[in-house]
Amino acid sequence: MAKIFAVIIVLIAIASAVPIVMHMWPMPVDISTHGGLIDEQYADTMLEAGISFLASQFLLAFFIWKFSIRTPGEKIKSFPGGATGLVAAAFLLVGTEVLALGVFGTKAWASVYLTPPAANAMPVQVQAGQFAFYFRYPGPDGTFGPLHPEQISEANANFFGLDTTHDQDSKDDIVAAELAIPVNREIHLLMHSKDVGHSFYVPELRIQQDFVPGLDVTVHFTATKVGKYEIVCTQLCGLGHYNMKAYLEVKSQEDYDTWIKQQAALQ
Amino acid sequence: MHDMSAHAVQHGAPTSFIRKHVFSTDHKVIGKQYYALALLAALVGMALSWIMRIHLGWGNFAIPGLHLLSSTGAPGNVLTPEYYLQLMTMHGTIMVFFVLTTAPFAAFGNFFLPIQTGAEDMPFPHFNMMSFWVTFVGFLVLVASFFVGDGPTLGGWTQYAPLSAIGSVGGPGEGMGVILWATSIGIFCIGQLLGSLNFITTTLDMRCKGMSLMRLPLTAWAWFITSVMGLTAFAVLMPACILLILDHVAGTSFFVASNLVINDQVLPHSGGSTLLWQHLFWFFGHPEVYIAIVPGLGIVSHVLITNMRRPMLSHRVLIYSMAALAALSYMVYGHHMFVSGMNPVSSLVFSFPTLVITIPSTIVVLIWLGSLYGSKLRINSASLFALGFVSMFISGGVSGFFLAQPSIDIMLHATYFVVGHFHLVMGVAAMFGIFAGTYFWFPKMTGRMMNETLGKVHFIMSFIGAYCIFMPFHYLGIAGNVRRYQAFTDDYLIPLIPVHKFITIAALFTGFAQLIFVYNLIYSRFKGAPAPDNPWEGTSLEWSTATPPPHNNFGDKMPVVYHDPYQYSVEGASTDFVMQTSPEKLNNPKEEQ
Repeated sequence: MAKIFAVIIVLIAIASAVPIVMHMWPMPVDISTHGGLIDEQYADTMLEAGISFLASQFLLAFFIWKFSIRTPGEKIKSFPGGATGLVAAAFLLVGTEVLALGVFGTKAWASVYLTPPAANAMPVQVQAGQFAFYFRYPGPDGTFGPLHPEQISEANANFFGLDTTHDQDSKDDIVAAELAIPVNREIHLLMHSKDVGHSFYVPELRIQQDFVPGLDVTVHFTATKVGKYEIVCTQLCGLGHYNMKAYLEVKSQEDYDTWIKQQAALQ
Repeated sequence: MHDMSAHAVQHGAPTSFIRKHVFSTDHKVIGKQYYALALLAALVGMALSWIMRIHLGWGNFAIPGLHLLSSTGAPGNVLTPEYYLQLMTMHGTIMVFFVLTTAPFAAFGNFFLPIQTGAEDMPFPHFNMMSFWVTFVGFLVLVASFFVGDGPTLGGWTQYAPLSAIGSVGGPGEGMGVILWATSIGIFCIGQLLGSLNFITTTLDMRCKGMSLMRLPLTAWAWFITSVMGLTAFAVLMPACILLILDHVAGTSFFVASNLVINDQVLPHSGGSTLLWQHLFWFFGHPEVYIAIVPGLGIVSHVLITNMRRPMLSHRVLIYSMAALAALSYMVYGHHMFVSGMNPVSSLVFSFPTLVITIPSTIVVLIWLGSLYGSKLRINSASLFALGFVSMFISGGVSGFFLAQPSIDIMLHATYFVVGHFHLVMGVAAMFGIFAGTYFWFPKMTGRMMNETLGKVHFIMSFIGAYCIFMPFHYLGIAGNVRRYQAFTDDYLIPLIPVHKFITIAALFTGFAQLIFVYNLIYSRFKGAPAPDNPWEGTSLEWSTATPPPHNNFGDKMPVVYHDPYQYSVEGASTDFVMQTSPEKLNNPKEEQ
């Protein structure tokens, strides 16, 4: 029984590592400027975690195999170095490991959250609500008009609650159901929730950020590859949560300019 | 050291059926009641997971009879999207609170803590009785939500505000369902506070003659540390639940901000904080993870020592490590909130202790492995589950490296990677701890042995099955598979559906193995071979007394302790093991007293 168990542990450990090593279900391809740091951090962590995982499982299996069958009268042996050696090893190995991960990981985090967006970053507002995202561009005046929650009306397609009759700044605001952005241009995303908690997750963009109802938060990013990607909600928001999505369209500057003109005409 | 036990809590054995088996103040009966509740809750939770898994693998599959649970939630026996979320919420809540907290801590702790400390009972037996019955009422209130209004809440076991606080406009179950949820959990907190109080006082004040703190077995230490966590963590969750209920019934806005709009209507709330709920919940929620797992660390150590025929390399280091885990558990809770919108600098601050907490966890694992080296390992159902725990604890632990780092969490937060991580470490590992404890202590609790062959079959199936379920969760998460989705309609998720089908089959297989366990448990309870007093040749006090123990635990003579808890393979001793109550003089330089 012990030997069967030991073999099962080894087989499971190897089988668990295979999909990772073979990249069977890999992370979606990175299309952001900051994503390289995250991916590097992830790869380093995978290496360290993978080695710790395999080494500990193999050791466990080996000890179960070796020490479950002992001849009667054989004496108990103690691990060389005893507890002191193991505690020191834990502090040194794991301590160094976590310190390194912690310090280097700070860089990736800081690139997204602790660095302010560039002055010329393009502002776009995203509003999350049960169960759709809407996007707002400030229009030629570069200013977003104020929101009037009481004027929100799905029926009139006034998703943000804009008062285009009275608010000068709102008149040229452009509202769309997809997020189109020019490639290689920094985007400053202003995140607003209409109702409950939601999240903005684009795996390819290496961005995930919750919406906080009552508190507008921002993120900034630059997409580097033209293409169409899915924006999904990752914060449980109600019965339609699984179906709450929108598309991110990264376009060439030219295509984007055409698109935004078309959208302006539609308002 | 105190010797209050002989005086403080003497109460005669009850004679009536009700006082003996129902409203009993005997900690052993209460322990068994907690165990029965946990078993019932686990079966409900597992059935819910089966329904969810079948739905995730084959969304249109009609599960016969499902409409009986809810005709609107499962018309034609197929789950609606909202009912999937409602069952998911109930699965999480039932498992975390009524299984993982009650079984390893309240069930085994109640039965064995007083015995292992050498006490006749806990110092407040009536509080103890209340603790169980209050918890039971909490369970009933939670289950009642299946049958009230539009069913249970769909907000997930974390009940993030404002969805949980705005009432029925938020969706099915968000009105009465949430109120019942919060009431149930609030009641549960009271039960655990009463229990924790008893555990702490038992450990500190009720120890028998000779039982110094360091002579307590690792299980007793684990329960003691857990009860300190319980006393502080549940004390925060309970008021949070009260505030949540007030947002529903009293027009307050603790968790709801101003100007929120649903169905084109501005909600009447104003001025509340969305993040406040998350802070309160996770200040409880992270210690809760350790409340679920620390008793497992104790049980596994205890079971392994007995079956390795040697003490751990260091008794003290294990105790200090468990205490370090408990202390750090309060400082790490923000790692659940890296992308929540709290100050991004806070994320870095919370990341550091989260990474540091891997050090005591690693020490525990290394001490286990180091102690296994050169031991005389006995293989039985209990030791297999204890060793399986070690394997699961390692696997669930290493994925913590990823989630502890805010930058990687951007990718993995709210994906199946997280679900895989916590299921392995606090779900499967904790369950394995419960199983190890069950196979190990069942003889003492019932007077009968469990069937070892069935136990081993149960173990092998569970071990392989659990890995087949939860390892693929990590791959799904890496590929960006979001959790809490009832169907995968996104283009990039569709290729992952075959993995979900595989997981569903593995879940049904693993679930079947648990039915073998239930059969073994019930069969052995009535037909198992009679158990001797000390079937595993253990040394701690539970093995000194009769099987099953008498009403006052030790009969006429209170125990006196002469040794450290784990005197195995001591050179010069007359047997392979020397019990704590044995007056035999030992030539053991390591004897700490």
